[in-house]
Amino acid sequence: MAQLFSARADLFLRLGLLALVVLPLTMAVSGFAYYRSSYYTGVGAYVQQPVPFSHRHHAGELGIDCRYCHTQVEKAAFAGLPPTETCMTCHSQIWTNAEMLAPIRASLATNTPIRWNRVHDLADYVYFDHSVHVTNGVGCSSCHGDVADMPLMAKAEPLTMGWCLDCHRDPAKNLRPESEIYNTAWEKPADQRRKGRALLAHYGIRKDHLTDCSVCHR
Amino acid sequence: MSDATLTGRELIANHGRTRDGLMPAEMPYGTITDEVAAAIFRKPSRLWLVLVGVSFLGVILFGISILVLLVEGTGIWGVNSEVVWGFAVANYVWWIGIGNAGTLISCMLLLTRQRWRASINRYAEAMTLFAAAIAGIFPLLHVGRPWLAYWLAPYPNTMTLWPQWRSPLVWDMFAIACYILFSILFWYTGLIPDLATLRDKAKHRFTKVAYGIFALGWNGSSRQWKNYNSYYYAMAALGVPLVVSIHSVVGLDYAATLMPGWQETIFPPYFVVGAMFSGFAMVVTLTIPIRWALGLQSIITLDHLDAMAKILLLGGIIMSFSYSFEWFAGWYSGGEAERSLIAFQFFGPYGWLYWMMLACNGLAPQLFWWRRFRRGLVPLFIVGVLVNVGMWLERILINMNTLAHGHLPSTFSFYVPTIWDWLMFLGSFGLFCFLFFLFAKVIPAASIHEIRELAHKEGAAR
Repeated sequence: MAQLFSARADLFLRLGLLALVVLPLTMAVSGFAYYRSSYYTGVGAYVQQPVPFSHRHHAGELGIDCRYCHTQVEKAAFAGLPPTETCMTCHSQIWTNAEMLAPIRASLATNTPIRWNRVHDLADYVYFDHSVHVTNGVGCSSCHGDVADMPLMAKAEPLTMGWCLDCHRDPAKNLRPESEIYNTAWEKPADQRRKGRALLAHYGIRKDHLTDCSVCHR
Repeated sequence: MSDATLTGRELIANHGRTRDGLMPAEMPYGTITDEVAAAIFRKPSRLWLVLVGVSFLGVILFGISILVLLVEGTGIWGVNSEVVWGFAVANYVWWIGIGNAGTLISCMLLLTRQRWRASINRYAEAMTLFAAAIAGIFPLLHVGRPWLAYWLAPYPNTMTLWPQWRSPLVWDMFAIACYILFSILFWYTGLIPDLATLRDKAKHRFTKVAYGIFALGWNGSSRQWKNYNSYYYAMAALGVPLVVSIHSVVGLDYAATLMPGWQETIFPPYFVVGAMFSGFAMVVTLTIPIRWALGLQSIITLDHLDAMAKILLLGGIIMSFSYSFEWFAGWYSGGEAERSLIAFQFFGPYGWLYWMMLACNGLAPQLFWWRRFRRGLVPLFIVGVLVNVGMWLERILINMNTLAHGHLPSTFSFYVPTIWDWLMFLGSFGLFCFLFFLFAKVIPAASIHEIRELAHKEGAAR
């Protein structure tokens, strides 16, 4: 009887079996890497805005406090975006004819708010409250990065659930004193562990329920 | 005329049967191969084409009901805010139960050296495989959003979340996955020597190559047989705990809750026995048409059916004991909810179904005390079907009764299946039959090499 398969058939069979293991494994590893990479999370990617507002210029070089524009951050869930009038507190006096600011003047003249594009967009099923964070020792830069050094706004952190939980499971490593909340250049001191524990007590934070589902999913 | 050219039926006429009746007293190896492989190399009969066509309609029906479910959501079913487990869960438990018998026959009967297993294990394993695969579909549909089913698996995700290990539903996922993987591997291992036989017997080059690839270069050398046997027996030994674990976990799906009627510690073994009972009933129901359609009467004999009928009888007795234990435990618990549930089972709106179930599962198999019924095709087939009906009723009643009659009288409710419940159940039958008919045409429905081995042991072939 003639041979049914050539001498190389065995090689192909073995390669096929190898592929059965290697291909799913490769896909799993690539998936693991992709969902953690900035391709997916968008960390560091600048978002185009109707007016190229520079946080570096306003908050960094001019030293305007975060709360001058984001007025509700200490009181409400949403930090608040400034109305056009807030821009005009200065720009009705300076750079009144700047080409760059034309959309702002148009917005004021027609009484239509500027449509800023969201940079930090959490899923709708996440309940996030700014006030509870900034009044309990979590500074702006812990989540938003050194905003005072960003010419245009970009995400500094992935904002994945794992990233949130990393802090909720062990907040002490990120807590800072009340005076440093709005300091975007704040850096952890060498003895953060010890200070963090003291700050937990200072703010009266009870860790036991920080990772309950209903804390963020209501 | 020499024995080699005779068919199995003629051999029985000439030589009679072996002492335990499992095959003709003289059965050359070649005849066994020819008898079993004949169905594969024959041109497809008109009956087969019609059956495949009809069952394919069932597959389409199943597809449509799944599509409608995915578009409309679980609201198309009769489930409500109290009776949250309806047909989908009952069908799952029923199908996975049927899927238990194949591995039971393959593994336990192999390890306990029950010779009669050789002729029936192949299609019983195929039945297991298809039933378990269909069973695997239902929990996915039951949760309503099957595209999120991967959440049950522990994988490194950016949410840093793990499954809830205390939940029996997670154990279920692992149990089903292990069981299906094992069933495929075990079934395929048993097939390899037969695939080689088909490769060698096939006429067309395409068929030769197709069987040849899956035969993995089997040439029947002593070394291959030695490795094969140690591997096959080791697999069989692994399979036995799996058979027990899978339905125990299904039992725990119920027993790990706090609902009345689901509390007894007897649940895991009670479910395992129920599964084997329904599985064996399905094997009996399938055996009778198969041996006729494929002309395997000389290999699958009345003595095989006799042995299976005895197992059904044993199963029926144990099931009756389990039911009475449920009543006893309900009374003995002293709990108002438990006692009122028992009364609800007998005399509530589903009472007539409960009596029917008791008749099918407890009473019907009692016929098999008599040898006449164990060897009669008609009573065997009827009881097989009745037990399947009874076991399905048990699965749906265990959901409906408890959930409709829980702890709080204010939440007592009523479950009525909708047309989509029924169509999906019917469709799953279509899929099962479709797969089974395809199987019977492509793969030897009985294990050629194991029947040859049996013939050698019985002294029918040398």
